[in-house]
Amino acid sequence: MVAFDEMTGSGAELRSAYTALDRWLKETPAETLALRRSQAELFFRRIGITFAVYGDEESTERLIPFDIIPRVLTKPEWEKLEKGLRQRVTALNMFLADVYGPKECLKAGIIPPDLVYRNACYQLEMVDFKVPHGIYCHIAGIDVVRVDPDTFYVLEDNARTPSGVSYMLENREVMLRLFPELFAMHRVAPVDNYPDQLLATLRSVAPRSAPSDPNICLLTPGQYNSAFYEHSFLADKLGIELVEGSDLLVKDDVVYMRTTQGPKRVDVIYRRINDDFLDPLVFRGDSILGVPGIVGAYKAGNVTLCNAIGTGVADDKAVYSYMPEIVKFYTGEEPILKNVPTWRCREPEANAYVLDNLEKLVVKEVNGSGGYGMLVGPHANKAQIEAFRRKLKASPEGFIAQPTLALSTCPTFVASGVAPRHVDLRPYVLSGANGISCVPGGLTRVALKEGSLVVNSSQGGGTKDTWVLDA
Amino acid sequence: MLSRTADSLYWVSRYVERAEYLARILDATTRLTNLPTTYGGAGTEWQSAVSTAGCEETFAQAYGEANERNVCDFLTFNPDNASSIRNCLALARSNARAVRTALTSEMWDALNTAWLELQRFEKTRMDREEFARFLDWVKNVSLVFDGSAYRTMLRDDSYWFSRLGVYLERADNTARILDVKYHVLLPADEQVGGSLDYFQWTTVLREVSALTAYHWVYREAVKPILVADLLILNRRMPRSLAACYENISRFLDLLGDAYGRQGPSQRQARKTLAGLSNTKIDDIFVHGLHEFIEDFITENNRLGNTIFEQYLQ
Amino acid sequence: MRIRISHAISYEYAEPARHITQILRLTPRDHDGQHVMSWRIEPSVDGRLRASQDAHGNIVHSFYDEGPISSLSIRIDGLVETLDLAGVVRGSERVPCEVYRRDTLLTGQDDALRSFAEEAATGAGTQLSQMHALMAAVSDRMDCVEASGRRGVGAAAAFAAQKAIAQDIAHVFMACARHLGLPARYVSGYVAEAAGLPHANGAHAWAEVHVDDYGWIGFDCANGLCPIDTHVRVAVGLDYADAAPVRGSRQGGEGESLNVIVSARESEGRFANQ
Repeated sequence: MVAFDEMTGSGAELRSAYTALDRWLKETPAETLALRRSQAELFFRRIGITFAVYGDEESTERLIPFDIIPRVLTKPEWEKLEKGLRQRVTALNMFLADVYGPKECLKAGIIPPDLVYRNACYQLEMVDFKVPHGIYCHIAGIDVVRVDPDTFYVLEDNARTPSGVSYMLENREVMLRLFPELFAMHRVAPVDNYPDQLLATLRSVAPRSAPSDPNICLLTPGQYNSAFYEHSFLADKLGIELVEGSDLLVKDDVVYMRTTQGPKRVDVIYRRINDDFLDPLVFRGDSILGVPGIVGAYKAGNVTLCNAIGTGVADDKAVYSYMPEIVKFYTGEEPILKNVPTWRCREPEANAYVLDNLEKLVVKEVNGSGGYGMLVGPHANKAQIEAFRRKLKASPEGFIAQPTLALSTCPTFVASGVAPRHVDLRPYVLSGANGISCVPGGLTRVALKEGSLVVNSSQGGGTKDTWVLDA
Repeated sequence: MLSRTADSLYWVSRYVERAEYLARILDATTRLTNLPTTYGGAGTEWQSAVSTAGCEETFAQAYGEANERNVCDFLTFNPDNASSIRNCLALARSNARAVRTALTSEMWDALNTAWLELQRFEKTRMDREEFARFLDWVKNVSLVFDGSAYRTMLRDDSYWFSRLGVYLERADNTARILDVKYHVLLPADEQVGGSLDYFQWTTVLREVSALTAYHWVYREAVKPILVADLLILNRRMPRSLAACYENISRFLDLLGDAYGRQGPSQRQARKTLAGLSNTKIDDIFVHGLHEFIEDFITENNRLGNTIFEQYLQ
Repeated sequence: MRIRISHAISYEYAEPARHITQILRLTPRDHDGQHVMSWRIEPSVDGRLRASQDAHGNIVHSFYDEGPISSLSIRIDGLVETLDLAGVVRGSERVPCEVYRRDTLLTGQDDALRSFAEEAATGAGTQLSQMHALMAAVSDRMDCVEASGRRGVGAAAAFAAQKAIAQDIAHVFMACARHLGLPARYVSGYVAEAAGLPHANGAHAWAEVHVDDYGWIGFDCANGLCPIDTHVRVAVGLDYADAAPVRGSRQGGEGESLNVIVSARESEGRFANQ
């Protein structure tokens, strides 16, 4: 399986986006690259991504590896991708408004009702509730992979509390400091207006009763959460308070933060706590991270939660497989971004095919996450495949299957020098009362091991700065 | 500002101040026990160090005998002692991390670096010399942190809350030293006389780094009543109770002005300050030094609670 | 049957409690076979009692009190007229019945529970007879103990223990029914004292299953029957947590002691026209 390389195409050419970078890579000695890489690492340690992991004695402070060679996209490539992202996020929001409202898509048979109704992420509390300004998913992270010059596939929609945007911003910051000469050779579209756009998005969805300068805060599970650095980073960049559940107080359906000058009313909450832990009076009663009564305040229209409660029903793996139909149903357009072809094992024909081709496919549990309950056919042994065959026969509706994709590669600075490594991309899409915005680029994750397709940081993945050329 | 932010700023300062105080107690106690026994005390110096640190009960549970090794271990690196130097610095950093953006980067750097270096110290086996270096290092952490706060923080409520933490803790620490050592300052004990008590008094002064200051202020040999005067009533002495309350009252007033509202904290602090201003050391000795100190510690704790209720919860 | 219910829940706190919020699902609705003649619900605090409906259509009251308080009580007095409809429930449904096939934390199944359910249903033809067989099997296996002070442990643990409070017996039954592919839900309510009912005169919990051709039917495994006119339905949900009579939060209030007095008795005077 030969993957598409974003610099050299099939291997022989030099693609236009990379001409200057290619020249620079040829002129720059490996020692210089190594030196810059260690400077970058030092920078990350200093600014504090170092304290992403804290507390337990044995875990030293962890850094997600950063690759100093940027990934480059041309303006036309990005424009097409962005159009697809806008379309997809529009459809996600319309889908959410529909399943919690009139349920047209279920009536029209676009998606089997039990996928929605039996889904634990379908929050009954939200049924028939009108969310402020009609927006559910204010911040989305759409994971895309590329397989050829023209085709991006969506691998996963993240409609709950997507993370990683701080890495996008910090990666650019460190690149600007370390490689000013590279920026002089390229016209790279900036990303550092993301915090402003996020703030504008949050302001735009304040309850109509809120003052013209609404009080916005970011709700974090606290400093032991692995994304705490990002929470504190974003709160700082946005100039809003970083609050924990215990900083908030709900009295008679109004949310206040406890300040040294007494309670201060809160209008918009950018929450990075999952639904289940948000309100012990409504969801898990054992949650100590949440705010008792916050759901009541939300439903009384006195505060806006971003994202809305119950967005998880849209990014579920089983629902994912229906996204092309969902996009078409709501927008009336052909989907610009493709889905990875997916066999729904709940359908007998599909399951028969999957059972016949287990050694070639990736099989995922519908409700699994983080690689749990997953079979990667080409890397599995006979026993594992047989075990999965039994599971699939027993409860086919719990699984989907996909082909193993040849993710595109990008030049990456590794021990042996500059070599191609597989990448994916997570762009961030913001939806507010004033429309959709999306900063050019996103977070590129790279599998640093040769041949590996796994970009997760927990399994040897790193990140890269992502450049969209403005000309 | 968020109450929790103010609370964390206040506690960051308290813990750093406390770590320094523990280092001073250990330093002074080591000196005292190193004296030939004819000059030393009753051999209870280490027990007295534990009392001064205010953790007799936890110590008694963890160890039997109060000797140099046990006490040093307990007050420095023992993870089970909530108020060991290690835990003070850990708690200071953890509070700082929770409100990371409310600190200046210099303050964060001071604490973060201290935490990383502390782990290095923790791993090495220390001889006396290395231990002395460690104690110096702790005092230095406090100086760097305090200096960073002084030089880099905006003069607004976040600064004032952090200062309140410093001075409440400091007042408590000074009072505790007096509480444990009051008997060596009493006239009744003077008849034991001689060099023996002299070293006890100078130890008290060392614990609050006031030995030199004493000579500048009083220009006479160390006398217990003057030691008490210096530590309780002398506003020029930065660790005296009066100086601490002068600061506490000032920072509370700044808060009251900024927020446009005075409250029980302001009233209580002013009352204590007025009391300290209108008292002579002789009166304190007449009415009982021990009672005075005990009352003060109670009042100081009460003020901590009042500040908590008024601003930090 | 005309049933008079009086229910008093009181909390005492050794340390004063502040910022108390409670959500109450303690008010029944009308439906076929159940008519609420009068209902009063009174917390001992001054705050506003706000009424709303949750996703299942339950009537929810919530209140907030700043405190500090050292005790809190909620008093309920009501009169409900009921008919024996052999467990069949008809009323307006808010949520598609598919929703009630979800497994929750309290109704998760293990292998033992699954094979128990399959075995119990073997041989029974219709869904209805399957459920009757299941009720008999659950009643037979599970020993129902008084709730006083005990907390629920969820279906799987209760099943293993063979002894449980009424709410967990309902969970066991629901877990089995869901495993057999039927929507099942939790009901909290009251049962009036009557001959042959071992668990009556008080607050109680049972289950309802959605059966083809009939709709929702109640199954009270603790008492071993489908609810009759002794049963007053108050709230339904995916499980106990979802339909709990009281959910609350507070600050402070350490050393809580809870005291509940409840009675449900047939009242004087029959419903004249039936």
